[in-house]
Amino acid sequence: MIAMLANAFLIALREIRRNLARAFLTVLGIIIGVSAVITMVTMGDGTTEAVKKQISDLGSNLLMLRPGVGFGPRSSSAGVPKFSETDVEAIANQISGIAAVAPVRSVSMSTIYRQEARSSQVTGTSIDYFDINKWIIEEGRIFSDDEVQRGDAVAVIGDTVREELFGTEDPIGKKIRVGQASLQVIGLLKAKGQVGMGDQDDTIIVPLATMQRRLGGKSSARDISQISISAEDDADSDRLISEISLLMRQRRNLQSNQADDFNVFDTRQIAETLSSSTKMMTMLLGAVAGVSLLVGGIGIMNIMLVSVTERTREIGIRLAIGATAREVLWQFLVEALTLSCVGGLIGVGMGYLFCIVLAPLIQVDFVFNSEINLLAFGFSALVGIVFGFAPARRAARLDPIDALRHE
Amino acid sequence: MTEEKKEMRLIELKGLTKTYGQGAAEFEALRGIDLQIDQGEFLSIMGPSGSGKSTLMNLLGCLDQPTTGSYLYEGIAVEGLDAVQRSLLRRYAMGFIFQGFNLLARTSAIENVELPLLYRGIRRGERHELARNALHSVGLQGKEKNSPAELSGGQQQRVAIARAIVTNPSTLFADEPTGNLDSSTTLEIMELLTRLNAERGISVLMVTHEDEVAKYARRVIRVTDGLIETDTGVTRERAEVLT
Ligand SMILES: Nc1ncnc2c1ncn2[C@@H]1O[C@H](COP(=O)(O)OP(=O)(O)O)[C@@H](O)[C@H]1O
Ligand SMILES: [Mg+2]
Repeated sequence: MIAMLANAFLIALREIRRNLARAFLTVLGIIIGVSAVITMVTMGDGTTEAVKKQISDLGSNLLMLRPGVGFGPRSSSAGVPKFSETDVEAIANQISGIAAVAPVRSVSMSTIYRQEARSSQVTGTSIDYFDINKWIIEEGRIFSDDEVQRGDAVAVIGDTVREELFGTEDPIGKKIRVGQASLQVIGLLKAKGQVGMGDQDDTIIVPLATMQRRLGGKSSARDISQISISAEDDADSDRLISEISLLMRQRRNLQSNQADDFNVFDTRQIAETLSSSTKMMTMLLGAVAGVSLLVGGIGIMNIMLVSVTERTREIGIRLAIGATAREVLWQFLVEALTLSCVGGLIGVGMGYLFCIVLAPLIQVDFVFNSEINLLAFGFSALVGIVFGFAPARRAARLDPIDALRHE
Repeated sequence: MTEEKKEMRLIELKGLTKTYGQGAAEFEALRGIDLQIDQGEFLSIMGPSGSGKSTLMNLLGCLDQPTTGSYLYEGIAVEGLDAVQRSLLRRYAMGFIFQGFNLLARTSAIENVELPLLYRGIRRGERHELARNALHSVGLQGKEKNSPAELSGGQQQRVAIARAIVTNPSTLFADEPTGNLDSSTTLEIMELLTRLNAERGISVLMVTHEDEVAKYARRVIRVTDGLIETDTGVTRERAEVLT
């Protein structure tokens, strides 16, 4: 048995060498299918993973309060009052289960350091903002309570701002011009990375009072465009949402027949919306890849069927010189298996190569998905074996003379 | 005495028939063949086209199975063998040459000749040696690496002969071995077969419809409509072909 298999292997290898073009096309079909599936699905998984990571970076128990009528793309904040600092205090004092509350006022402003100028998102807020958004200080420090109270000319900058303005220079202690004011950089945030939703590191954070007094001027008491709230770990976010809603309705004097003119939502809702859409994308990519796997399979099938006549005659020759049907079948099986495995392995390798090249380009993480590897490999191996083997099985059943006579 | 005679006997056919097709399409290609062939014979099967020569040849070479009748090959009842046993009989006792050569395309002469040795599980070194010797004995030294496309018709048939004799079979079956060759090449091939028959004692059973070819045999049988019409018996000299 071993001897027979070794022999089948030897004969199959000769057969592959003899029909290099056919072998190459078969292997190519498998390579295309396998590498396409792996690339597509890995990229899709990477995107999902990136979105998940981004959401967890936001904080898992984060709630956001925004002015506006309606929810999602149709929401409108035009003409709707913003929030005041007393709103922030009311939430912090009157609702239980809240860990921290921070006002957020964001404006895009020009920033200059020596010759370097750019436009950055400037956020005026409180100390809690860093915690709520899981910002980590890479270098320097965040504001002190006094600096927040006084509205001192200090800023904490994100990594993108540092890179664009300072290059290799150490930013701590340097003065940058933001809008009309000159601010001292006291801290640098650890980079969160650039992900699908935009560059989170392109940010300058200043005390809210600094923004109100030195940067844009205080237009009204209601100048806070968002309130970020982090719940305590065991707090029920549905309860928090309804309590905050109720509080805000009271504070905004809404009658029972009036709809909310603000939105409260937690990151879980965002996460669910986003991850369901990336899952859709993965499935879509997978379907596209599945088609290429199928096309590869049809290619293999085609090549194998085209060579049936030649193969049948060849089987006739082998049978005539004394090969048994079993030996011929083993030879064909080994041949089909060898081609499929070689193609599959190269396909997996190429798939990873594509992933390694593509992942940084479309800025997703590289996630290994063993299931899809097995599936893609298994499918193309199956195609290769079935279509390499089926004609051989039929031919080997013939009398040698019928196989030789095959037109 | 009888013992010795039995050992000399290569083939014994009794009432062999072959029917192709079924029902209305049924056609009896062989209608009862009785034939004895001794070891070492050089037999030529002649007859008009469609008379059943190839059918008979295929039955003798175990490439096909008779409908009725009995067939003893070296004392073995062939009709009782299954497909695997017939394969093994072909592998160990028979060599085949076809009109269309039937070499593997894109495969060197030496690898074509090695093919039957592969199924015998002979080791690489010995395989090469035997194949090279076989190619030498058909006069193809120096052509080992040529593929069939790089050889003339006569040379291809020599490769086929080398492949048929490399396993040292007791019988060589040749169905119109010169049917695709010109007359001077035909002579070379026939000289080669005659030499193999004389020097190695390989029995040669050959189908032909050409008198020029048949006269190399020492016995000629003539088949018409699925029956043996005449049989010259073994002559001392090469057969005098009857017209
Ligand atoms: N596979 C087959 N199926 C049906 N009829 C066949 C088959 N092979 C041969 N025949 C018929 O049997 C007869 C003898 O064929 P064959 O032995 O090839 O003749 P020859 O070799 O003497 O020319 C012919 O009439 C041919 O048509
Ligand atoms: Mg014929």
